[in-house]
Amino acid sequence: MDGDDRVFDDRTPGVEEYEPTATYLSYTAGLGLAVLLTIMSFVVAQTNLLWSPGVPMGLIVLAFAQIGVHLVFFLHLGSGPDHTNNVVALAFGVLIVFLVITGSVWIIANLNANMMDMPVHLQH
Amino acid sequence: MLGRLTWTAIPLDQPLPLYAMGVVGLVILAVLAVVAVKGWWPYLWREWLTSVDHKRIGVMYFTLGLVMLLRGYSDAIMMRTQQAIAIGHAQGYLPPDHYDQIFSAHGTIMIFFVAMPLVIGLMNFVVPLQLGVRDVAFPTLNSVSFWLTAAGALLINVSLVIGAFSRATWWGYPPLSELAFSPDVGVDYYLWSLQISGIGTLLTGVNFVTTILKLRCPGMTYMRMPVFCWTALASSMLIVAAFPVLTATFVMLLLDRYLGMHFFTNDAGGNQMMYANLFWAWGHPEVYILILPAFGVFSEVASTFSGKGLFSYRTMVWATLGICVLSFMVWLHHFFTMGAGADVNAFFGIMSSIIAVPTGAKVFNWLFTMYRGRIVFTTPVLYLVGFMVTFVIGGLTGVLLAVPPVDFVLHNSAFLVAHFHNVIIGGVVFGMLAGYNYWFPKAFGFTLDERWGKASFWCWLIGFYLAFMPLYQLGLMGMTRRLQHIADPSWQPLLLVAEAGAIIIFLGVLCQIAQLYVSIRTRELRRDLTGDPWNGRTLEWATSSPPPAYNFAVLPTVETIDAFWELKRRRVKPAVQPAYAAIEMPRNSPVGFITAFFAFFIGFSLIWHIWWLVLVGLLAVAVTIMAFGWGDDREREIPVGEIARIERARLAGGPA
Repeated sequence: MDGDDRVFDDRTPGVEEYEPTATYLSYTAGLGLAVLLTIMSFVVAQTNLLWSPGVPMGLIVLAFAQIGVHLVFFLHLGSGPDHTNNVVALAFGVLIVFLVITGSVWIIANLNANMMDMPVHLQH
Repeated sequence: MLGRLTWTAIPLDQPLPLYAMGVVGLVILAVLAVVAVKGWWPYLWREWLTSVDHKRIGVMYFTLGLVMLLRGYSDAIMMRTQQAIAIGHAQGYLPPDHYDQIFSAHGTIMIFFVAMPLVIGLMNFVVPLQLGVRDVAFPTLNSVSFWLTAAGALLINVSLVIGAFSRATWWGYPPLSELAFSPDVGVDYYLWSLQISGIGTLLTGVNFVTTILKLRCPGMTYMRMPVFCWTALASSMLIVAAFPVLTATFVMLLLDRYLGMHFFTNDAGGNQMMYANLFWAWGHPEVYILILPAFGVFSEVASTFSGKGLFSYRTMVWATLGICVLSFMVWLHHFFTMGAGADVNAFFGIMSSIIAVPTGAKVFNWLFTMYRGRIVFTTPVLYLVGFMVTFVIGGLTGVLLAVPPVDFVLHNSAFLVAHFHNVIIGGVVFGMLAGYNYWFPKAFGFTLDERWGKASFWCWLIGFYLAFMPLYQLGLMGMTRRLQHIADPSWQPLLLVAEAGAIIIFLGVLCQIAQLYVSIRTRELRRDLTGDPWNGRTLEWATSSPPPAYNFAVLPTVETIDAFWELKRRRVKPAVQPAYAAIEMPRNSPVGFITAFFAFFIGFSLIWHIWWLVLVGLLAVAVTIMAFGWGDDREREIPVGEIARIERARLAGGPA
C-alpha cells in the first residue's frame, strides 16, 4: 500500500483516482438527445406519421431510447472495466423488474381467465 | 386540532394491554431515571445515540431486535395459552378482537422489528471489519436507517395504549384491511410503522451494496471476501430490489384508505388479488433477506471452529447468488389456492422446489467443512448443528408445501405455521444467536459464559421441537391457523405440549439474560486481550477487541481468502512500530436521531389525521437533512500520536 492511505484508503482495489466522467459537451449532447426523443414521442402520438396500430410500439421504442440516453449521458454508464459494478447492478435491476412485471401480468391474467363471469347486474 | 385522536382512543375496557404497557412504561422510566441520576446522558448521547460508527449502530440494531423479541414472544405465549385453554365450552381469556390484534402484532413485530434488526445489526457490526475497512460507505445515512427502524418500532408499540393495532394479520390483505372493513386506526398503525422502518431498511440496503462493492481493503477481490460478506451483499441486493415493491404496495393501500381510491377494493375495478401478488413479490425475497446472512454466520462458525477453510467456497458463493435470483421466481407459492390455473401453479411449484437445491448444497458444504475437522464444541457450534438438523426438516416440509395439490390441503393450516417457524427459528434465530455468541467478544472485549450459553441453546432447541412439532400434526388433523377458540377437544393434548414448548423457549431466553449478566460480572476474568479468542480466519479477528473507532490503524493487505489465517500460518508478526498516518473519520451526528424523532410524529399524526403536525414534521425533517447537507464539518482527524498510543497499548496486551 502506498503512503497516501489517509486520503485514498477506501478506494476500490484497482481504481486509482477519480477521473472526470463527463464534460460540458456530453451533457449538452445528452440534453439535446433527450429533448429530441421527447418531441418525437409527442409527434408520434399526435400525428399520423406512424401507422396508427404501431403507435404504442413506437412509443415503447422511444421510451427505451430515452432510458438509454439517460443512463449513458447523465448516469455515466460506460463499458470500461470500472463500470462493471454499475452494469451488473443495472442488469440485476432489469432482471428483477422483468420477473416481477411479467410474473404479475401472467398471474393476474391467469386468475382473470379462471374467474367465473360476473353477473350482468354487478357490472359497472 | 387533534384529528381523530380523543380520550376514547385509550382502550380502558381492555385492561390487559394497559397493565402490560404500564409495567413496560415503569421499566422504561426506571431505566431513564437511573441513566439521569448516574449522569450518563451526555455519554449516551455523544457516544451512542449520535454515533455513526458501524460497530455501535450494529450493537444498537441488535439490542433493538432482542428487546422487540421479548415483545413478540409475549404475544406468542398469550396466543399459545389462549389456544391451550379456550377449548370446547371454555372461551379463554382473550376476546376475539384482542386476539386478532395479537397475532397481527406478533407476525409484524417478529419479521420487521426482530429478525430484520438482528440481521442488519450483525451485518453492520461485521461487514466493514471483515472487509478490512473503517466504516460503511455512508456512515451518517446508516445512523438515519437505524433510527427510522427504531421510530417504526416505537410507533407499533404506541398502538398498544393509543388506539388499536391491525386485526388484518401481518400481511394485511384487502379487502379486510380496506377502510370499509377496518375503519379504525389499526391498519394505519401497521402501514405507517412499516413505511417508516421500510425507508430505513432500503437505505441500509443501498449502504451495504455500496460498501461491499466499493470499499474493500487492498487485495480483497470478490473471490477473497468472507462468505458472510457475500451473504450480506446478496441480502442487501434483495433489499434494494424488493423493498420498493412493498413500499409501493403499501402506498396504494394507503391511497385507498386515505383518498378513497380503488386499487384493491371490491368495487370500482379494484383487484384485491393484486395486493396478494405484490405483497409476496416482496415477501418471498424477504425470507431470503433474513436467511442468507444466517447462512453466512454458520459458514464462518463452521470453518472457524473446525479449524479448516470452508469446504467449496465457490459453491457457497454461487449458491448464494443463485438463491438471490431464484428467490424472485417463487412468490406465487404463498397463494396457490387463490385461483390461478394449473400452468401457473405448476411453474411456481417447480421453481419453489428448485430453490431448495442451492440450499441443500450449502448444507453439504457445512457438513464437509466439519468432516475430519478439529471441532471445538462451543455454543455457536451447537447452534450450527441444531440448525442443520432443524433447518433440513423445515426445508423438507417446505418442499412438500411447494407441491400445489398438497398446498391445497395444508394452506392456512397449523402445518404451515409449523413450517415457517421451523425455518425462521431453526434458521434465522439460531443463526443470529450463533452470531451473537461468536462476535460478542469482538464487540465488547470479553467472551460470553459458555455454560449459560449452552443451557440457553438446549432450551431453545428442545422448546422449539416441543412447540412446533405438535403443530405439524395438528395441521394434518385439520386445525387451521389463527383460531381464537378450539372446537375439537381432541386437539388439547397437543396444544398443551406446544404451550410447554413455548415456556421452555422462554427458559432459553432467561438463560441468555443470565448469560449476559454472569459474563458482565466476570468480565475481568474473560477479557479477550489478543483480539482473536476463537483462532479465527477472517480480518475482524486481526484487530483488537473491541476494535478502535478506526478499526485498523493500517489497512490490511490481502492476498488470499481467509486472510488472517494466512497471516498467522506464515507467522507474519505485526510491525512493532509501523508508520501510522492520521485517519479521517466521520463525525458523530444527531441527524439520524432528529430525523427519526420527527418521522415518528409524522407517522403518528398521519394515523390520527392531525394534518398540521404532519406538515410540521415534514418541514422539520427537510430542514434537518438540508442542514446536514450544507454543513461541511463532517469529518474529524485522529492524529498519529493518538493512534500510536492506542496501538502500543494493544500490542502490549492491555485494554486500548
